[in-house]
Amino acid sequence: MVGQTERKIGVTGRDLILARIREGLQRRAPHPLHPHGDATPKLSDNTSPEQFEHWLPEVGHRSEEQLALFVRNCEGLRARFIRCMDLTTACRAFQELAVSHRWKRIAAHRGLLAIPAAEATGLPVLWTDEGYAAQDLDQCDAGLTECDALVAQTGSVLVSTQSAGGRALSVLPPHHVVLARTSQMVPDLACALRDAAQRYKTGWPSYVGFITGPSRTGDIERILVLGAHGPKELTILCVDDPAPGNP
Amino acid sequence: MSAPVVDFHKMSDRYSADLRHRALIQKALGAYYVKRDEFKSRFQSWPEARNVAASIKYDAVNHLDDYLVEFVEKAEARGTKVCWAPGADEARAYIVNLARSRGVRSIIKSKTMTGEEIHLNEALEAEGLEVVESDLGEYIVQLREEPPYHIVFPAMHLTRGEISDLFHEKLGTAATDSPEELTMIARDVMRRKYREADMGISGANFAVAETGQISITENEGNARLTTSLPKIHVAIVGIEKVLPKLEDLALFLPMLATSGAGQPLTCYNSLIGGPRQPGEVDGPEEFHVVLLDNRRTQILADPEQRDTLSCIRCGACLNVCPIFKNVGGHSYGTTYQGPIGSVITPHLRGLQSWKHLSSASSLCGACTETCPVKINLHHHLLQNRRNAVQEKPTAWEQVLFRGFAFLMRRPTLFKLAARFGFLAEPLRRAVDRTPLDPLFAWTQSRAFPPLAAEPFSAWWAKRRGKSA
Amino acid sequence: MTPLIRRPKSIDTVPFVLFRSYDFRTLLSLKISLFVPCFVDQLYPNVGISMVHVLERLGLEVDYPEGQTCCGQPAFNSGYWEEARSVAAHSLDLFADAEHVVGGSGSCVAMMKVFYPELFHGQPGEEKAKNLSGRMWEFSDFLVTKLGVTDVGARFPGRATFHDGCHGLRELGLKAAPRALLGAVRDLELVEMKEAETCCGFGGTFAVKFPMISTAMADVKCASIAETGADFLISNDSSCMMQIRGRMDNQGTAIPCYHLAEVLAAQ
Repeated sequence: MVGQTERKIGVTGRDLILARIREGLQRRAPHPLHPHGDATPKLSDNTSPEQFEHWLPEVGHRSEEQLALFVRNCEGLRARFIRCMDLTTACRAFQELAVSHRWKRIAAHRGLLAIPAAEATGLPVLWTDEGYAAQDLDQCDAGLTECDALVAQTGSVLVSTQSAGGRALSVLPPHHVVLARTSQMVPDLACALRDAAQRYKTGWPSYVGFITGPSRTGDIERILVLGAHGPKELTILCVDDPAPGNP
Repeated sequence: MSAPVVDFHKMSDRYSADLRHRALIQKALGAYYVKRDEFKSRFQSWPEARNVAASIKYDAVNHLDDYLVEFVEKAEARGTKVCWAPGADEARAYIVNLARSRGVRSIIKSKTMTGEEIHLNEALEAEGLEVVESDLGEYIVQLREEPPYHIVFPAMHLTRGEISDLFHEKLGTAATDSPEELTMIARDVMRRKYREADMGISGANFAVAETGQISITENEGNARLTTSLPKIHVAIVGIEKVLPKLEDLALFLPMLATSGAGQPLTCYNSLIGGPRQPGEVDGPEEFHVVLLDNRRTQILADPEQRDTLSCIRCGACLNVCPIFKNVGGHSYGTTYQGPIGSVITPHLRGLQSWKHLSSASSLCGACTETCPVKINLHHHLLQNRRNAVQEKPTAWEQVLFRGFAFLMRRPTLFKLAARFGFLAEPLRRAVDRTPLDPLFAWTQSRAFPPLAAEPFSAWWAKRRGKSA
Repeated sequence: MTPLIRRPKSIDTVPFVLFRSYDFRTLLSLKISLFVPCFVDQLYPNVGISMVHVLERLGLEVDYPEGQTCCGQPAFNSGYWEEARSVAAHSLDLFADAEHVVGGSGSCVAMMKVFYPELFHGQPGEEKAKNLSGRMWEFSDFLVTKLGVTDVGARFPGRATFHDGCHGLRELGLKAAPRALLGAVRDLELVEMKEAETCCGFGGTFAVKFPMISTAMADVKCASIAETGADFLISNDSSCMMQIRGRMDNQGTAIPCYHLAEVLAAQ
């Protein structure tokens, strides 16, 4: 078999691995789509992300279509979706959740939408912005966050440490509530990532993630169980009001 | 310790005859097939998506040096510490030393097959460190002190009753036949572990060169917690996990979920690009990425099999493999099971000792057909067989096939041999299904058809003679 | 379940089919060289005979280059490629001048059509192998794709299920062709089994190197067949038939098994 380049004194792991790779790549491998050809390894035009939408599941172009698709996806994912015509309605909906779920303590971050909603419950709020003890966050019945985007194609919520009050707020408490605006809806993952790259071009948050439904597992006999380690419930309150400053 | 091939024969024979196991696995995979097909059909063109995915991975693997350098540059710029580990030893040493130097006592892990591959848990436990697997399936097999059964579904082979007994024995919990209650038991155990662990260790599904982020795909949320709460986060990543561009994830995340789990997207797809940044309220203070080679560059150097590095570890090939479904994951005796395991294990652990995995296949091609990145899996099995023979042919087999070639080049001799077989058949039938039967390997479980009194060639010659 | 659609006899007479499906003169001038694999020759000669009958019924000239032995697959599959090449070279010579080589076994045809070019890659004989590949056909593929024929005037009453031989299915892309042909067989009812595309466990040398696994796979297949309640099994690969029928016989659950050619030859 092909020998592995041996480790010499003073050669770093990096140098060794790169040397091995460069040595190995001297022999050309056939392209999977041209197994018998001698095609030069080159990325074909078809592989640019703008083209993905031709093969991935279809998403409508109109915002109402996208919203409808998002709602359908939420149903399939067992995520609760509540459309609210304005922030006041959303606050009321959040308050109703607090009552019906008998929350005693909630956690949130100081976002424009999150503050009024959290305060509307009248419950003690753990604000993660000031830092927190994991033990305290664990005692909260719900975590309220905003988000970066809603993705119609998959029913996903894009969050980051910036938009969702850190890493743990959206995953440790057993009920995650997202406060989003309808205007945050994007058609697909590619769009969401592109927008995020733009939004964070001065520096990515250390964590950015897609949340698609409540936590689940199928590890026991492939039977679906919700709330494995992450939240058992996911509720999305979607406000129709545009963001301040936007028409 | 017996040779891997001996263990394989023993275990695969046992499992092949285990009807309960066969039924359990059939049932476990039944729902997956339905869901997988449903979500595949939602793609406007799954075949085209495969072509694109294969092309992107081809680019990634064939420019691996450039993309790795880019990944590390971007990652280090955000405060990530990168360890380039040429082998398992270096990877283990780095992590053990890190733990020692930081006074780490307990570690929580999320699922990483790369970690399994380098036997990381054993190395850490030898240091006196507590290591807990947070993924439900991994936790279960950890408690049972057995390896994962399947790279995506580690506890696929267990019933809820067995899991209930396990929890009762190891954790003292009450027996229950509710998967939900069993899951909640694990959830409760982990709650404290996430908070108390000094270090979280994860794997990664992808490493995005453009942004220096790793991407972790999961459903349970345990990886998010493992990588959020402990002060130190270490990710072990095979060098082949590199993807060129962030937006490539828009294709790969759905394909991974569809192929691997029969879902359009898994619950959590997390991009981690560094330790806690200034202004962030939580997250690990330190983030380390261990880039593991461990003979991947050896596979890379083989242009015939280089595409194997495109593997996204979705497990789809396992799920369609009739051998896997009958012998089960543990028979393979190694980290990676199923078709991908049978292809790469001889490279990772030695051709001569592990070539039997490449032989234990009927080459049906279902794996190649299903692979989302179009790896020519079953052809690689053939190539491994050829390579093994070229390196060190088995003496009696070589004699056999030389004899076979000698015979088959000589039609008259072939006809003579066939006639002899026909005439000698009654003798063979007399010892049919006994070890004296030269065809015993067949006849022990299947009838062998009788040789024809008039073979086709004879019939044709006769017909030709008549019409001449 | 694939229901049988009865077509009026007047449309389906063979000469009409020929006329409708292909240029008449070109069709009759097609020269076919039959490829009968070693084990079909010795164990299932009726498969070869049936192929001859069907092709001649269609008015085609059939030749059988004598001196055929084996395609070399056992050596190839076991990794003994040098020995396999030695055997394959013999086949390459035998069929060197044949215009169209038609074989009835998916695995052996795949060996020649798909794997010979790989076997001879970078070796003397590579061009010959690639050339043969272009002239090589599996029986049902030849009828449906090359000749454009689905009705060969066959009649075979009963309820059957079809097993897709893996090599034919995945290396040669045969799924629709056999079913199109069977769909036109009078009085034949075809039911699909759940595990139609699952490997029967033969795999050549695999069957004797890993007999327990192979047998377990055969059992899965046999159970699926039994589930359909079919009276008999049809397949386009005699090696699969050997495995499936062999296991059924051993277990005492045998139903008749026919090669596709045998069903098409029946009238």
